[in-house]
Amino acid sequence: MSAIAVDARPPVWRRLVGFNLLTGIVLGIGGWYVGWFGAHAVVGPSLDYFGDIDFNELSLVLAYFGGVVGFLVGLGFLNYPLARLRGYPSSLREKETEGIGRYFTLCTDHKVVGIQYLWGIGLFFFIGGLNAMLIRTELLRPDHQVFPAGTYLTLVGVHGSMMMGMMTSGILGPFANYLVPIMIGARRMAFPRIEALTFWILMAAGVILQTTIFWGGFPTGWTGYGPLNIEAYQGMDCYLIFFALVGISMTLLGINMIVTIVTMRAPGLTWTRLPIFVWGVLSTALLMALAAPVLICTLSMALFDRIAQTTFFIPAGGGSSYLYENLFWVFGHPEVYILALPGFAIVLEILPVFARKPLWGYRLAVAGLLGVSLLSWFVWQHHIFVSGINGDLRPFYMLSTELISIPTGFTFICGMMTLWRGNIRYTTPLLFCLAWFFNFLLGGLSGVFLSDVPSDVTTHGSFFSMAHFHYTIMGGLVFTFFAAIYYWVPKMTGVQLSERLGKIHFWWMFLAFNSTFAPLFAIGFLGQPRRAVTYAKSLQFLNDWVSVSAYLLGLSLLFFLVTFVYQLAFARKPAGENPWASRSIEFQLPSPVPVHNFDRIPVFSGDPYGYGEGPEPSWVPAGAPAGRD
Amino acid sequence: MRAGVKLLLVALAVAAAGVLIGFYVSNLTTLQGSASYTVPVQSVGGKPVVNLKIETVAAVGPKLSPNPDWVSYLVQNTQGTWMRRTVWKLPANATVHVTIYNFDGASGLRNPYLARPEGVDGNRITIDGKPYRGIDPNNASHTFAVPAYHLIVAVPGVADDAKNQCGYAPCSLKLAHRTIRFTFHTGAPGHYRWQCFVPCAAGWIDGFGGPMQTIGYMDGFLDVA
Amino acid sequence: MASNPTAPTPAGASPTNHGLRVIVAWIVLSLVATPLVAIFVGPILPPGNDSVQASGQVLDNTVLTATITPVLCLLLVFFVYSLTTFHAPAATALEDGPPLRNHNGIQVTWIVITSAVVLALAGFGTFELLQTGSGGGQGPSPVANPSGINHMMQVQVIGQQWNWTYRYPGYGGVETQQLFLPEHTYVQLNVTSLDVIHSFWAYKLGVKADANPGVNNVAYVKTKGPLSFEIRCAELCGLWHGYMYQTGHIVPQTAFASWIKQQRKLGSSVSFYLPKYSHFYYPDPQRRGG
Repeated sequence: MSAIAVDARPPVWRRLVGFNLLTGIVLGIGGWYVGWFGAHAVVGPSLDYFGDIDFNELSLVLAYFGGVVGFLVGLGFLNYPLARLRGYPSSLREKETEGIGRYFTLCTDHKVVGIQYLWGIGLFFFIGGLNAMLIRTELLRPDHQVFPAGTYLTLVGVHGSMMMGMMTSGILGPFANYLVPIMIGARRMAFPRIEALTFWILMAAGVILQTTIFWGGFPTGWTGYGPLNIEAYQGMDCYLIFFALVGISMTLLGINMIVTIVTMRAPGLTWTRLPIFVWGVLSTALLMALAAPVLICTLSMALFDRIAQTTFFIPAGGGSSYLYENLFWVFGHPEVYILALPGFAIVLEILPVFARKPLWGYRLAVAGLLGVSLLSWFVWQHHIFVSGINGDLRPFYMLSTELISIPTGFTFICGMMTLWRGNIRYTTPLLFCLAWFFNFLLGGLSGVFLSDVPSDVTTHGSFFSMAHFHYTIMGGLVFTFFAAIYYWVPKMTGVQLSERLGKIHFWWMFLAFNSTFAPLFAIGFLGQPRRAVTYAKSLQFLNDWVSVSAYLLGLSLLFFLVTFVYQLAFARKPAGENPWASRSIEFQLPSPVPVHNFDRIPVFSGDPYGYGEGPEPSWVPAGAPAGRD
Repeated sequence: MRAGVKLLLVALAVAAAGVLIGFYVSNLTTLQGSASYTVPVQSVGGKPVVNLKIETVAAVGPKLSPNPDWVSYLVQNTQGTWMRRTVWKLPANATVHVTIYNFDGASGLRNPYLARPEGVDGNRITIDGKPYRGIDPNNASHTFAVPAYHLIVAVPGVADDAKNQCGYAPCSLKLAHRTIRFTFHTGAPGHYRWQCFVPCAAGWIDGFGGPMQTIGYMDGFLDVA
Repeated sequence: MASNPTAPTPAGASPTNHGLRVIVAWIVLSLVATPLVAIFVGPILPPGNDSVQASGQVLDNTVLTATITPVLCLLLVFFVYSLTTFHAPAATALEDGPPLRNHNGIQVTWIVITSAVVLALAGFGTFELLQTGSGGGQGPSPVANPSGINHMMQVQVIGQQWNWTYRYPGYGGVETQQLFLPEHTYVQLNVTSLDVIHSFWAYKLGVKADANPGVNNVAYVKTKGPLSFEIRCAELCGLWHGYMYQTGHIVPQTAFASWIKQQRKLGSSVSFYLPKYSHFYYPDPQRRGG
């Protein structure tokens, strides 16, 4: 972007030709039509399933498959494998250049991928939020009004899938990709090309989900229960392909993170010196790598039921609707901790900086993160307490679910004791972390009602459970997402964000959030079921209150977007090297971090939380200059 | 980059986002048949009376729908034109005389109990002029049901070997059909959904996909005001 | 347990005993708040007292609410105290606090107390559940059966896209569009579905049981006095999910007897065609329109 470089570069049109996003989109659309007409050529205009049918399900699935392949080819993902096949030597230097063009192509620099994720995830977060606004508009009146009943279900499904699918990488995508290699003293991720692949697959997935409105939408919500998902119209395929692609992205991201953290730590960085954020990423990545494959298989089975006449989930054909519920929630419960755990880690990472104290109970905090990660595998049937499956196992799942509050409590006590007798500075990142305590406390305590079978009979499938998981995910993930943005974006972009605007955003969002979701507990307790377009007339006042609060919440996020873009694009107040006086290693590097992170690989001698323990740094650069990779 | 260029880019992005959002929302509000038909009202003895003429067709045809093979209900306006609209505006507390011309064959009910007419005057319907208190569930072709009124009427199908079967809608009354008549009463104002309970959506498991889950075909509203 | 009075105090720390203050404030607040919550919030908790199972759930909700009150109080006291007391003035903001890294006593106390609370809650929930299943669906072979019941009325709930119908096997297997139950009767609801997953939710009765295709899902409820109650579908089942609601009725025994007699008479025109009463049905999935 510097003025000197402009003259040296070829003209704009020349730079648009090549392997980049534009080519990806063109080849993606081309691949879509190849798949579409290819399938028609093979099986004719329609598939014979249980009878004649006027559309070809297979062609839509193959079209999206061809579209994704074309998109990835256009971005240049085949170049390297083909070059290797033709005998060229291995290389890791794809597009590790300066300039804005690298953000629109396959780039193996983990910092570029992090920023790509930040904007990509942000885009889909706002689309999901827009759908939430439309949902709340429909619920202004107890009866049908703006959107036809089927469209309302599509909105609910797209909002839920968008948030639960795209936001799984909400923190691991931008922040772990950017920060983990730096925090562990590495120059790159273990698999840089796979790292880029996870991002671009996710973007393709998000677009595919939104195109469901051109195929009649889908009626199942984000859980996609069978056999309704087999019965549904073509838009259902968009959901299935979307979530399977998200699953592929999550699996690859998880494996990449695990391998990076286990194998690429710098000398001296023992497990007990690892920043707690890296532990949070590791425990999340373990869940991602192990849970997401279950999702991919489940959705493939549903897809086969739809296009290949299998009957996995059709009882009359020997299948079972319980099979889908079980498989989905085997993935689905680890999934909600994939969303929650990075939030725990960010809170514990940021609190010491602004309390000016070491992280209290480091080992307990690690045990908490890993404990949640482990226990989350043993609780999934609490999502189907009243389904009638394994009625005699419910006491076990009640116990295992409630046991999860013990490791979660570790995070609370460690965070609280870190604040205790500290020298607290009320900065924007800290306010968002403190809000996490409030939100997650309410979310967690309301979870007790859902984990207890007798009270779950009333709250299950009602707005109460909806309020519960918005408190834990929006209140847990999204608030810490913003804490991370205010804390790390100055480092990532070199632009200082205004504390004043940040605090306005915080208080606006915090109050609107609670005003939106706290009444939903009452609405659920009073008997309003989820995903229903109608509700009792007596609940209209509460619903209107929630809708108005939701609009204010949406506006607070719009306020953030406007101020964020303004500060990054126009104000550009330079951030110092270490705006928060943090001891963490990334804040000892220039802002933004240079392409190759370190001139010399660091050697660690302690954890980054030595506040009040003297001025010695926790690491020194190694004696010899670091080689490239 | 100069500030002016950046400003232009931001303005373009905002405009593009606005257009996309506008397109998205307007597309959503009209995604499923939300067009309504106001049924003309007569007054008999000071009370509103409505004659509702509808027909059920096995295939709606390329003229009336982008999904020509879908099964559908159609409504006839005062000019005698058949329209694919399933949101019907009716007056409150009115007597509604319904005539259904069915051109479709039988496919049978998933729940045979629904073959018994309920919620209509005298719990009785007339089929081709003869009164019935129930039909053979296996002979049901469609139902007209308003669950909020506890109204269910099963419509018998045209015999499979009948001559002059209707291919594509709109179907002329010269073709093979069954005529079903019954009377019901609207109550308080509100939106009441109506639907078909016969698994008549060809090609979907349980016969309940596609047209059975799309307003404008086998589902709709009674918009009572 | 937020702090321990005997925690090691590093040089230069304030002599004020913050920990003691927080603990005393917490205990006082909890002792006041918990009984108030149990007495005043408990009775308004859902789902009300219109059936025996619903009353059981109210008791359960009251116990849970009373249990979480001290937890809320602790966090409230801790954060209000910490955030007001340990606030750094701008001038000293970058001075480091005391390097407290750990305290075994606090860790052990915290773990013991949270574990005890969690185990007690799970134990209480299990005890409540195993009485009669608390109105939840228990599957085809329930383990939590009400004891000492000689006669239990059987009602089958059939979900389909998109309405509920009911069969009364004790009355010739008659099927009805509306749910009527006699007062003060133990009812076994057998919930099933003809197509996709639905969920039978009678909020006031404290009953929720998923209707699964090809499976019987049993829930027990003991009715109290006459009542009209809302029935909704609580599992997304397609287009008209939001409209899949009805009003059910609990009526006196004599009224129920005459209602069911009338239904049998009305139903006679199709009763010949109804399938034999069964715990679930498999209508032909390939049946299609012509």
